[in-house]
Amino acid sequence: MSISIEGITKRFGSFQALDNISLEVPDGKLIGLLGPSGSGKTTLLRIIAGLETADSGRILFQGEDVTRLHVRERRVGFVFQHYALFRHMTVAQNVAFGLEVLPAKERPKAAEIRQRVDTLLEMVQLGHLANRYPAQLSGGQKQRIALARALSMKPQILLLDEPFGALDAKVRKDLRRWLRTLHDEFHFTSVFVTHDQEEALELSDQVAVMSAGKIEQVDSPQRLYAEPGSRFVFDFLGHVNVFDGRLEEQVVRQGEAWVRLGEPVTSKELQLYMRSHEVRLQSMSEAHAHLPLRIESVSLVGAEVRLELSPIGWESAEPWEVGITHAQFNNWQPKRGDQCYAVPRVAHVIEEGSGAPRTLRWQAGEMDDPAAMI
Amino acid sequence: MNQSPSGLLPGRSSQPGKRVLPGFALSLGVSLFFISLVLILPVTGLIVQTAGMGWAEYWAVVTDERVVASYKVTLWAAALASIINGVVGLLLAWVLVRYEFPGKRLMDALVDLPFALPTAVAGITLTALFAPDGWYGQLFALLGIKVAFTPLGIIVAMSFTSLPFVVRTVQPVLEDFAPEDEEAAVSLGASDWTVFRRILLPAMWPALMTGVALSFTRSLGEFGAVIFIAGNMPYVSEIISLMIFVRLQEFDHAAASAIASVVLVASLILLLGINLWQARYLRRLQGR
Repeated sequence: MSISIEGITKRFGSFQALDNISLEVPDGKLIGLLGPSGSGKTTLLRIIAGLETADSGRILFQGEDVTRLHVRERRVGFVFQHYALFRHMTVAQNVAFGLEVLPAKERPKAAEIRQRVDTLLEMVQLGHLANRYPAQLSGGQKQRIALARALSMKPQILLLDEPFGALDAKVRKDLRRWLRTLHDEFHFTSVFVTHDQEEALELSDQVAVMSAGKIEQVDSPQRLYAEPGSRFVFDFLGHVNVFDGRLEEQVVRQGEAWVRLGEPVTSKELQLYMRSHEVRLQSMSEAHAHLPLRIESVSLVGAEVRLELSPIGWESAEPWEVGITHAQFNNWQPKRGDQCYAVPRVAHVIEEGSGAPRTLRWQAGEMDDPAAMI
Repeated sequence: MNQSPSGLLPGRSSQPGKRVLPGFALSLGVSLFFISLVLILPVTGLIVQTAGMGWAEYWAVVTDERVVASYKVTLWAAALASIINGVVGLLLAWVLVRYEFPGKRLMDALVDLPFALPTAVAGITLTALFAPDGWYGQLFALLGIKVAFTPLGIIVAMSFTSLPFVVRTVQPVLEDFAPEDEEAAVSLGASDWTVFRRILLPAMWPALMTGVALSFTRSLGEFGAVIFIAGNMPYVSEIISLMIFVRLQEFDHAAASAIASVVLVASLILLLGINLWQARYLRRLQGR
């Protein structure tokens, strides 16, 4: 069941929570609403569910206008950040609730309800906890029960409000993978809210990045990362290293540091954005870039080694971060206080007058000098 | 207040299992002393006074026909008054928590009025209102109902003085209730009434029961508000506290204490029972 959001606007007093939002969620897709807190993502989700009413605009399910339909009649599954399990009911009673409150003529027989509950609990792999109370469950178990409860009415639309926000990293990862499998298996249309860019990129078919009540960009995770449409999106998806300076004769300068651009740029005051994997570290500077840095910390995080660097002879508002592989780390053995040079492979620049960043590249031959590589 | 963590009791700081919060001994000591002074000591005095009588005499006093009739009237009236308060108090708490309306603060403050008002004043006022020529009394008279000077009047007076108990115990529970639970129930298709009956009421139930029990025990002991409106006809509208008062006027302190001890024990058992039940109810939610 597809969801169409058309021109939704919502104010809370003087606060503009949503400003003319439009979004298409195709049937069977899993869409992530990503944004910082206060960006309106949860409000939008609640409006889709019918838990909140929009000031103007329409919500359509499969082409049918449901804007005026009560949450009770919308038949969506909703999963809350803090689970919202009924404390005084057992796990089985929680899952059975939706079936038990059906009008008498639609309600399945008691035996059938029990059967359905068992099936749902098996699906979330928690059949053995049927007679426990929510207080006896861990966070991850609670969220899975909340999911089973939301799916008990066989909704075609599943809405999740920061479903993994309150869980620890390991459980979160497991549940994420499990939700993706569940989604692919049951073919419902899902929208979930998150402030975690990794979660959004990993889980969704499409990500809608929101900021201050507006949708900044809707794209697949790959495209969103490769071609961010605005500076906000760029900043929000992962750490960015920034070099800002004045452009003079194709060279951006600030203090002792400079970068020579390979292609013409019109702006005079420039900010070059580089993601941590778009920068290489070398023991000496390169013909097109001179960015001296000092290593401030070395942390081994999972698959890569992350170096935190501070500029020497120039300034940056935030420290730089560059990731190197373990092999590089073992060859080079960088230590705190060592000096090195950053060489951009790719940089992004936002020119005055246009919001979208432009990607600048350097010719391969210019930079691959094996002697200088670390 | 810049103490080192072990600064309060340096000698015992290395003791394993030491309480993190200091002051347990002091606070418990003061509490026990105070409870003894204002609760246990007077109760002991009561028992000592009755101890002067023999069992047979005690039994004769507490099962005197007129006294037994007063037990019945008091129990019935208190039960009905606390049930009425349970319903009205719940409604009042609901309205005060859930809705915004002009005069809400004033209404909230008015709820405590029965506590603040001397009960005798309440009694006189209620009597004036419900007397056959009073404002309400006239209306009831049209319906052929007599309120003042009948057991009905007792119920009215008891309800009035014990209403705040229910409102004030239910209100905080309702305020703390997470709106997500209701939203979850509604999104699963539950009607408003089902949400109230199956989600809200179970959450409020322990507090509501406590409030009703407090209201009931308060009604059992009510004196000032009731005696003016009750009419005090023997076997019909005499309450227990009036019987105690009558005995006191006859300077029969032992008999007065004997009847009082019955009320005391009944109230104690009820309150203890409610506490135990509530603890069990809450423990069940924790799954222990």
